[in-house]
Amino acid sequence: MAEILVLVDHADGAVRKPALELLTLARRIGEPTAVVLGAGEAAASIAATAGEYGATTVYVADGAEFADQLVVPKVDALTQIAKDKGVAAVLVTSSGEGKEVAARVALRLGSGLITDAVELEAGENGPVATQSVFAASYQVKSAVSHGVPVITVKPNSAAPEAAPAAGTIENVTVAFTGNAAKVVSRTPRVSTGRPELTESAIVVSGGRGVGAAEGFAVVEKLADSLGAAVGASRAAVDAGWYPHSNQVGQTGKQVSPQLYIAAGISGAIQHRAGMQTSKTIVAVNKDAEAPIFDLVDYGVVGDLFEVLPQLTDEIGAR
Amino acid sequence: MTLRIAVCVKYVPDATGDRGFADDLTVDRDEVDGLLSELDEYAVEQALRISEESDDAEVTVVTVGPDDAKDALRKALSMGADKAVHVNDDDIHGTDVIGTSAILAKALEKTGFDLVLCGMASTDGTMGVLPALLAERLNLPQVTLLSEVSVEDGLVKGRRDGDAATELLEAPLPAVVSVTDQSGEARYPSFKGIMAAKKKPVEELDLDDLEIDADEVGLAGSWTLVESVAARPARTAGTIVTDEGDGGKQLAAFLSAQKFI
Ligand SMILES: Cc1cc2nc3c(=O)[nH]c(=O)nc-3n(C[C@H](O)[C@H](O)[C@H](O)COP(=O)(O)OP(=O)(O)OC[C@H]3O[C@@H](n4cnc5c(N)ncnc54)[C@H](O)[C@@H]3O)c2cc1C
Ligand SMILES: Cc1cc2nc3c(=O)[nH]c(=O)nc-3n(C[C@H](O)[C@H](O)[C@H](O)COP(=O)(O)OP(=O)(O)OC[C@H]3O[C@@H](n4cnc5c(N)ncnc54)[C@H](O)[C@@H]3O)c2cc1C
Repeated sequence: MAEILVLVDHADGAVRKPALELLTLARRIGEPTAVVLGAGEAAASIAATAGEYGATTVYVADGAEFADQLVVPKVDALTQIAKDKGVAAVLVTSSGEGKEVAARVALRLGSGLITDAVELEAGENGPVATQSVFAASYQVKSAVSHGVPVITVKPNSAAPEAAPAAGTIENVTVAFTGNAAKVVSRTPRVSTGRPELTESAIVVSGGRGVGAAEGFAVVEKLADSLGAAVGASRAAVDAGWYPHSNQVGQTGKQVSPQLYIAAGISGAIQHRAGMQTSKTIVAVNKDAEAPIFDLVDYGVVGDLFEVLPQLTDEIGAR
Repeated sequence: MTLRIAVCVKYVPDATGDRGFADDLTVDRDEVDGLLSELDEYAVEQALRISEESDDAEVTVVTVGPDDAKDALRKALSMGADKAVHVNDDDIHGTDVIGTSAILAKALEKTGFDLVLCGMASTDGTMGVLPALLAERLNLPQVTLLSEVSVEDGLVKGRRDGDAATELLEAPLPAVVSVTDQSGEARYPSFKGIMAAKKKPVEELDLDDLEIDADEVGLAGSWTLVESVAARPARTAGTIVTDEGDGGKQLAAFLSAQKFI
């Protein structure tokens, strides 16, 4: 079977969940193999996890370049492996960096590129990807018609399924091409202990209706009672009430959880572009006319400072 | 020496309108009004700020798009850009991102630049990859997704707020930069700016001028193929209750029935 090359995203020495989703999707269209770059000593355990989720071979490359330079070293590595192994497709997680890596790899391989797929299936002429476009108002199915398909897939597009495979490590020496921007310093984001926004099954978001930075306390308490990630609208972020890294929407994170709860958010098109593919949508807003109510499965017209604490208490009592 | 800044701007259908697709499965441009992609206003703004900071600089806005894309160029010119380049050719209709990057790269080479500035993503395709493709094609460093950017002594410096970390980046010019909507509010065109824009030069280029064959671009030259487009089924109307003191409890009952709690 043809190799489907998966770039394995990792952080703090562990595989990130979207990579396991990619390995799961890869099995539908061929034989998954994995690429682990710049993981240092964690490479072996990351490779073992990739093996548990179906990777028959794990290509491992390390070097200071992966951390010290922007994007290009990963492009060098992925392109080299894809060419050497004659793979049938390349899958990368849809993140800011993932999309840029995929784009340059596609160009070097002479291939078409599809970004932000939410579904992947085998077709007559290679993989067919589904994209959810125009703030999720259309579903587009497309395929790559030239070269080795390079496709980026949004987090939460599939449930990871274990499928033990060999996970044999093959070390790769990469010929770096240079000409990359230098990373002068890197400040890791401080962990809040809450789930990662794009990976979480439940997201609770607050908007301008939260009123102040302190107002986010009710949002966080509800999130913690549900084991959820916390999101924010751009209005709340611009006001300085919550970090930009938590922004949901067109220019923030695109989330697709099982459950999305929007509190004090009106539902502007740019916000919807980041959450409209959520499976179940709930809103709490004191304005019955707020556009967010057009998309909800369940809506409460009311004051979030009344409704959220009562809900949190109810959850605690169960 | 003049610092030549080229800003890539896209003409897109208004996101607040009813966007849709034409029979050939490309974006229907007749159905809704188009405008300068809002996210490219941030790139124009940063170009103007960099130009204001330097002794001698010139800002050229470049677009690949149909006749009406001139509106996007006019908007950027009225904000303060000096001149514009419009690549327009019937054969470009339906080009995918790989083809678009080929056209833009040729147009930029022809125009000349020391710095290329882009938005973080278009508001229609939203791929967010064109700047990286330009860097690859032009063989330049990419310094992308910046929330802060400055140019000093032939170096571009910036801050990138990524998923896992915040990075400070640096590269020598020439380079390709993209900026996010965190980089600084874009200015509104003044009346004077709008009047002045009418007199600023807009250079028209077609595929021949760029020595690109028609079969390398357009739907036929695309390396991706759209197989089908379907409007998402309308969401079934949800339940909406008004809080009369037990809204949280009712919501808890719903979440419990859905097995979330
Ligand atoms: C280029 C561009 C990109 C953008 N990208 C994004 C993006 O990524 N994400 C994003 O979110 N936005 C984005 N926006 C901004 C977007 O257009 C809206 O301005 C924003 O989403 C509004 O945030 P909001 O809903 O919190 O605030 P508002 O629209 O002000 O809504 C606040 C809501 O809270 C309700 N409310 C007030 N008090 C209470 C209370 N006590 N209890 C309950 N409800 C209450 C109000 O009824 C109102 O509906 C972008 C805009 C542009 C131009
Ligand atoms: C809904 C939709 C989905 C699409 N999906 C795909 C796909 O999966 N694969 C594919 O190959 N093509 C796709 N396309 C086509 C693609 O959008 C165009 O080729 C487009 O010009 C480049 O991609 P983008 O608009 O997403 O730009 P992005 O990569 O999001 O744009 C980033 C920046 O590049 C600059 N830029 C982009 N386009 C232009 C332009 N025409 N002129 C000047 N500057 C520009 C701007 O500065 C912009 O802010 C899609 C188009 C649509 C409308």
